[in-house]
Amino acid sequence: MTERVSGNMNVAGPQTRIVFEEVSKFYGEVLGVNRVNLSIPPGITSLVGPNGSGKTTLMNLMTGLVRPSRGRISVLGMAPDDPERLFRVVGYCTQFDSFPRGLTGYDFIYSYLRLFGYPHAQSSEMAVRAIDRVSLADAAGRKIAGYSKGMRQRIKLAQAICHNPTVLVLDEPLNGLDPLIRAETIALFRTLAAEGLHLIISSHVLHEVDVISDQVVLLSNGYVVAEGKIQGVRDEIQEHPMQVLIRCDKPGELASQVFHEDYVVEARMHNDRQGVLVKTRDADRFYLLLNRIAQNGIEIESVAPADDDVLSVYEYLIGTEESTK
Amino acid sequence: MNEPRWALWRAQLRAIIRLETKKTLFSRRGIWIYFLAFAPVLIFLFHSLYLMKTGQAGDIAEETHIFAGVFQLFFLRLAIFFGCVGIFMNLFRGEVLDKSLHYYFLAPVRRPVLLAGKFISGLLAASAIFGTSVLLQFAVVYWHFDSNTRQEYFLHGHGLAHLAAYLGVTLLACLGYGAVFLAAGVMFRNPLLPTAAVLVWEAINAILPAALQRISVIFYLKSLCPVLIPTEVSLDQGNPLGFIAMNPSPASTLTAIFGLLALSLVAIAFSSRQLRRMEIDYGAE
Repeated sequence: MTERVSGNMNVAGPQTRIVFEEVSKFYGEVLGVNRVNLSIPPGITSLVGPNGSGKTTLMNLMTGLVRPSRGRISVLGMAPDDPERLFRVVGYCTQFDSFPRGLTGYDFIYSYLRLFGYPHAQSSEMAVRAIDRVSLADAAGRKIAGYSKGMRQRIKLAQAICHNPTVLVLDEPLNGLDPLIRAETIALFRTLAAEGLHLIISSHVLHEVDVISDQVVLLSNGYVVAEGKIQGVRDEIQEHPMQVLIRCDKPGELASQVFHEDYVVEARMHNDRQGVLVKTRDADRFYLLLNRIAQNGIEIESVAPADDDVLSVYEYLIGTEESTK
Repeated sequence: MNEPRWALWRAQLRAIIRLETKKTLFSRRGIWIYFLAFAPVLIFLFHSLYLMKTGQAGDIAEETHIFAGVFQLFFLRLAIFFGCVGIFMNLFRGEVLDKSLHYYFLAPVRRPVLLAGKFISGLLAASAIFGTSVLLQFAVVYWHFDSNTRQEYFLHGHGLAHLAAYLGVTLLACLGYGAVFLAAGVMFRNPLLPTAAVLVWEAINAILPAALQRISVIFYLKSLCPVLIPTEVSLDQGNPLGFIAMNPSPASTLTAIFGLLALSLVAIAFSSRQLRRMEIDYGAE
């Protein structure tokens, strides 16, 4: 698989790609990623794998937040340890859910843009535009400390796109978003990819990336176990129901509304009685259903994959991949 | 180096300083620094009020020595010392604990520029807090004197010169301790160990060999203080603070200033080297 991707470098040079050559990263004696060879073209590329598989490490490596123990990385021909050049063209929406103290959403983006050296008026204009793009204009003047998880996720996304980068690295960007915002965000990703950007998106939810990816890199225990077009992995997951945890104000009502759908395998209350665990065979249709439910009086706070089941899908996929080698 | 790059660095420095100074000056976690800085003001205020209430005239020379003692033994060695621990060690260490350092690391800012911006903001905040305290201390310690005596001391005596010297020493103390604790903050995870080590090193400075004395901040600061510590605080009199107050071989003013600047530069250069290697690994905290 790696060789196939490396072969693509003949089509487009390293100046237009994100290239990992024999990259390994160890945290002390703990393996982050090992012997990774990748050449990522423009478009939406998803890094998929269970927790601890090395997705975030790969993203941190390509943005210079951590350094490789071995190997070489180049982002559009630039070394990640040159932030002055790199972050002119790279935006990174990290998984870190923490922010400088006391800042409003607007301050957060505005101050970040001032670090680029942009003057006040330009920074202000770009900040407003980025915040609008993630549908947070109404909350821009509020302190981030008072934001919901979904709002914090969106303000991080605004930070990543505010300087109009050509490479966008997004670590679990759909985590914590409600169905409507999730759909808007996915549409935004598609627009950005259509504009010619590199979008690198990590997820441990195959169904999420299934919807939006041009190509996918599957990771397990720090190794790249598969890569290629999304179509190939799509068929693999059709047979396996995914489990979703929906937090909302009326979990009982939500469960009764989704249960009669034939693609919903199971709907049960979460242990804390503040959410519903749903197993579905058709994630696309289920998310559409959730959109309708959200518009009809049930306030959906968040939609998140339930790990155990996603892990089992990966175990299945990785097992399949390894068994075919 | 071309002009646009300097212009960019200046703009980035301004942006960092704007963010950081506000954060340092108005942080709730830094309130104790204000208590530490302004404690001598309260002590001198009560002292003056007591003398005024009891109708005692007081003596300018005696007050000057009391001020010198408090400045050297408490203000420099404890207030500014621990204040700089709180301010400068948190510039990077605090952000790692808050898991927010990546905000800067994701911007197109060179690490040395980031370091300079943060250090300058810390220096501005520390100088503002401790400089204000010195001004207020000076105002209240001579408050109980009549206006003629005060005018005589400030306009025709050593008053203004002493005030300028104390302000200068305060600024240099913030610079020196700031640089040392900035370096400690990027090097150590636990602030207690380096703080304790520097505290002991500074305390035993006077009894170290001459060459080692120069590898400390207090050596230069003591040499720059305009008034010697009162003689009753000396080893000869068996006072436990004696060896702290001693200054057996003071440096000249120029040597002290340049020595302290050199020491600070070395510490800052070390911090810069460490910062360039720093990775974001909050999980290890």
